[in-house]
Amino acid sequence: MAENVFIALQNNPDARPIIEAIVDDNPAAVVNDSPGMVKIDCPKRLVIRRRTVEEKIGGEFNLQDIHLTLISLAGNIEEDDDEFVLHWNI
Amino acid sequence: MADKPRRLNLNQKYQLMTRGLDWETTYQSMDDVFPYDKYEGIKIKDWDKWQDPFRLTMDAYWKYQAEKERKLYAILDSFAQNNSQLNISDARYMNAVKIWMQGVTPLEYAAFRGYAMLGRGFRGAGARVACQFQSIDEMRHYQTQMHAFSHYNKFFNGFRQYSRIRDRAWYLSIPKSYFEDAVTAGPFELITAISFSFEYVLTNLLFMPFVSGAAYNGDMATTTFGFSAQSDESRHMTLGLEVIKFMLEQHEDNLPIVQRWLDKWFWRGYRLLGLVGTMMDYMLPKKVMSWRQAWEIYWEESGMALFNDLSRYGLRPPKYHEVATKEKYRITHEFWSTIYQFSHATALYTWIPTNEELDWFSAEYGELFDTVYRPRYEYWAELHKNGERFFQKRLPVVCNVCQIPIFHTMPDDPLMNCCLVTEYKGTKHQMCSQGCKDIFDHEPEKYCQAYIPPQQIYQGNCGGATLEAYKEWLHIKEEETGEYYGSEDHRMWEEWKAQAAGTAVASA
Repeated sequence: MAENVFIALQNNPDARPIIEAIVDDNPAAVVNDSPGMVKIDCPKRLVIRRRTVEEKIGGEFNLQDIHLTLISLAGNIEEDDDEFVLHWNI
Repeated sequence: MADKPRRLNLNQKYQLMTRGLDWETTYQSMDDVFPYDKYEGIKIKDWDKWQDPFRLTMDAYWKYQAEKERKLYAILDSFAQNNSQLNISDARYMNAVKIWMQGVTPLEYAAFRGYAMLGRGFRGAGARVACQFQSIDEMRHYQTQMHAFSHYNKFFNGFRQYSRIRDRAWYLSIPKSYFEDAVTAGPFELITAISFSFEYVLTNLLFMPFVSGAAYNGDMATTTFGFSAQSDESRHMTLGLEVIKFMLEQHEDNLPIVQRWLDKWFWRGYRLLGLVGTMMDYMLPKKVMSWRQAWEIYWEESGMALFNDLSRYGLRPPKYHEVATKEKYRITHEFWSTIYQFSHATALYTWIPTNEELDWFSAEYGELFDTVYRPRYEYWAELHKNGERFFQKRLPVVCNVCQIPIFHTMPDDPLMNCCLVTEYKGTKHQMCSQGCKDIFDHEPEKYCQAYIPPQQIYQGNCGGATLEAYKEWLHIKEEETGEYYGSEDHRMWEEWKAQAAGTAVASA
């Protein structure tokens, strides 16, 4: 079985650039649409890069702003100013 | 020109704002100041190894929470101003919201109290800060949910006198006893029970498929507070995972204690979530996914990935998780069948699903549904048609641990009722499953004192020894109980829909 990590975000305009950045930076990511919610699964490791999100929105982005649209997640978290990583140590 | 002052990075900021805030006490011993964080046997060598992976600090916390609240209340206000209660899929749906308010919202308040206790109880400052955030979060969830429900209270039954119902309703001892069990344990067990077993492993099942279902059923108010709460939950879940790793990294003696807590609280949480599964399967007229499918995604996939990750510490998946997986085909049907027979003694309505819904169940649950549950529903529907809506005349026997009526069946035989008995100090205690019996047998002195509502009621301690006297004591009115079709909610809903249709014709 694929050992997926996942992140779920609200389906709204604030989350859309984050979702696009995740898709760009994680080729194995699978996006599942559900009413009001987008859940993104990815085998073992998923990264959100600040720079990619900034390219999408054409301005500055603070990674901690994902708290405003975050619904849920699964995986160990590593976060610094540039990257937010979810991973399983398997 | 002077250099712009360099901003602290996230890690530096976190270190500065969560460390060195406390001190080693000298007038009193640390053990006297923090008297509860050792007796459970959990050994901590270095509290500074505690890390919050989100590196959330107080300033950022207030900023994000304020922003979330602004958005939430703007939506709730707009929902109320626009009479959006008329846009839900069907008034049957409101019963899921009633269960939420009667059963889940008081848990938020209980969690607020529990985490306030933990925010004082641990001697590590990082842990205390995280628990204080969570305590404030839980109070926020309680308040936002009450605010959202206050609007529904104007239009539907079942929302009034929630605090009396919380204290007195027999069926609400299911969620209530769950939390009371947790907060009467020690601090490490409490945080393992709630932050890890409940929030990490299980609440996704409530806040993701169910809340997405609320969105699909047009309930913008519940969707909004649900997702807003869950964004806090993702922080709590992360705390829960860190707690487990922290305890296991600190000392090898902690492993068997933590494993036993995981076994216990997985099972207690799973039993409680049977109610959520029932809300999803039966109370969402428009379906997003079935309980079976949600269990496969959130437990069999995500839960197992989590326990594979944790196996490096020597942890194994919780005991009886295979039983829970076997029960995925039946637990919501057994639960609904039970609520259906007892809803005259609750502030809820129940009904037999429509034919289209029964077909959906057949597709989702297969042969077992068609051979066991569907015929039962068809039989009850026939009785109802003949004016003999079926209700039980007496309250059920409930499990001494999870307090759910003993309706569950044997793991390998969905036609055989499961009731296990432990005799302790001359009294027989009934349990619904081996999972609950193990919990009782490990701490019989705790659970033999459990307040079991049906027993108290029939001893005459709740207004009188009959169901009628009890209902009076509960202040439940006939019109807010029992069968949905023909109920006050149903009649009002039909009138509102007819009005809306009439207006549309007139303006055409």
